[in-house]
Amino acid sequence: MHSIPGRRLILALFLVFLLLPIYWLVNMSFKTNEEIVSTMTLWPHQPTIANYMRIFTDESWYSGYINSLKYVVINTVISISVALPAAYAFSRYRFLGDKHLFFWLLSNRMAPAAVYALPFFNLYSAINLFDTPWAVALAHCIFNVPLAVWILEGFVSGVPREIDETAFLDGYSFPRFFIKILVPLIASGIGVAAFFCFMFSWVELLLARTLTSVNAKPIAAVMTRTVSAAGMDWGLLAAAGVLTIIPGALVIWFVRNYIARGFALGRV
Amino acid sequence: MDKTVNQKAWFLVLPVFLVVAFSAILPLMTVVNYSMQDTFGNNQFFWNGVGWFKELLDPSTDLGGRFFASLWRNLFFSAVILAIEVPLGIVVALSMPRQGWSVAACLVILALPLLIPWNVVGTIWQIFGRPDIGLLGYVLNNLGINYNYVSNEFDAWATVIVMDVWHWTSLVALLCYAGLKSIPDAYYQAAQIDGASRWAVFTAIQLPKMHRVLLIAVLLRFMDSFMIYTEPFVVTGGGPGNSTTFISIELVKIALGQFDLGKAAALSLVYNLIIIIVCWVFYTVMTNAGAERRPNQGVA
Repeated sequence: MHSIPGRRLILALFLVFLLLPIYWLVNMSFKTNEEIVSTMTLWPHQPTIANYMRIFTDESWYSGYINSLKYVVINTVISISVALPAAYAFSRYRFLGDKHLFFWLLSNRMAPAAVYALPFFNLYSAINLFDTPWAVALAHCIFNVPLAVWILEGFVSGVPREIDETAFLDGYSFPRFFIKILVPLIASGIGVAAFFCFMFSWVELLLARTLTSVNAKPIAAVMTRTVSAAGMDWGLLAAAGVLTIIPGALVIWFVRNYIARGFALGRV
Repeated sequence: MDKTVNQKAWFLVLPVFLVVAFSAILPLMTVVNYSMQDTFGNNQFFWNGVGWFKELLDPSTDLGGRFFASLWRNLFFSAVILAIEVPLGIVVALSMPRQGWSVAACLVILALPLLIPWNVVGTIWQIFGRPDIGLLGYVLNNLGINYNYVSNEFDAWATVIVMDVWHWTSLVALLCYAGLKSIPDAYYQAAQIDGASRWAVFTAIQLPKMHRVLLIAVLLRFMDSFMIYTEPFVVTGGGPGNSTTFISIELVKIALGQFDLGKAAALSLVYNLIIIIVCWVFYTVMTNAGAERRPNQGVA
């Protein structure tokens, strides 16, 4: 009943549109530079893994991935652990300034990274965190913490309040109730929120690049090195690009059943 | 089901408040400070009062002209991508398969572009669109269409818009899909008994159910397109000329390129203010929509 005419065709066309540019990137990553520049080939005629080998053997390349993963993981852990109690508070209680606070958080999710690039640079240089994963992880909190609060609030509100009351009547202390009862109940919500923190921290570049120089350089910034005197190293660039897609693709697979609800921020 | 008043809840919110305040309020104070001053290097600052703001809001000056040009450009961009992505997202959501393995497969493919780092999104389209090595550019040029996003303004715009549609339509589609999933089958059965047309089902059942998620979708898409930076920067670098220089790109040029801290700070504040106002409008609409729906909530 809720299908529309020609839906298979529409969907198929759209999915092809999504996959084609990605295919082209993958295709190029297995080609040699000569093949890329000289001929237009729909698949690699002389497939090579040299581009990938270079990334995996050159420390300045693969350390970029490690640096990126470091700040993404730190950021996700911080975001979820501060957001959980706040989500509970917003869902269950009214308190002085709650609506304003919620709005203020929301507005920070929307704040343009370009505005904060320079002040963050000053701030984290001043406290000696510049060029560490912590600087980027903390900077990304500005949009990930509000997002996590927002998502988790939706999931906590889906838990009937009777459960809290019963637990307190049974003599559960608040921390014990929180860890033993609430957290398992919204485990899928926590998974979704963590996924989103991971995602937005992983895809952001402007702040990550501004706050690092050598030691904590993220992969996205390392990629700009493929421009050399001899021109662009397209194959290497494509291979590096493909490798940045893989972590995302892996995490989607784990949350695929919750992804739709997660994108609705737990509010369907 | 009214929420109980409990001021101790502040203790639960405090960690969030501290973390976000550290990242938001402290840097913003620096921005306010810079916006009132002028610098000639060497860390020497001179008081400039509201001078930068006057210049910024006056389109006849250099700074004001650049600000307004990039602002209109950005608003136009946001309007175009909303006009494409929202209807397309709804259509894609309505076309989703209902069960079986294909649902999971479609969801994963849809979500894929959302998880690609933004500069890689730019790189993908740069590679895909180049007339010499890219499939899209090559095919278009061989069809007799003279396509070159580096030198032609229209092509640059088209590339940036198609790239954004590619990148973010999935978000709208996934949100709408989540909304559609929450409609009980009984609604459709009732519609069938009443002999409702396909269009009537859409306007009377599906659209109202998607109302909330669509609001979130429009809010997120507007905000994210209004602060877009990385993707167009990688593909076009803001050009040809200034034709794809959006506000964030202009701001970074002034702040990190020219180190005109005062000008950049004034621009930042006005930029932030616009965002907060738009955000507030959406938030009010959203909470009102939420209040209307309270009675039949509970089933998440």
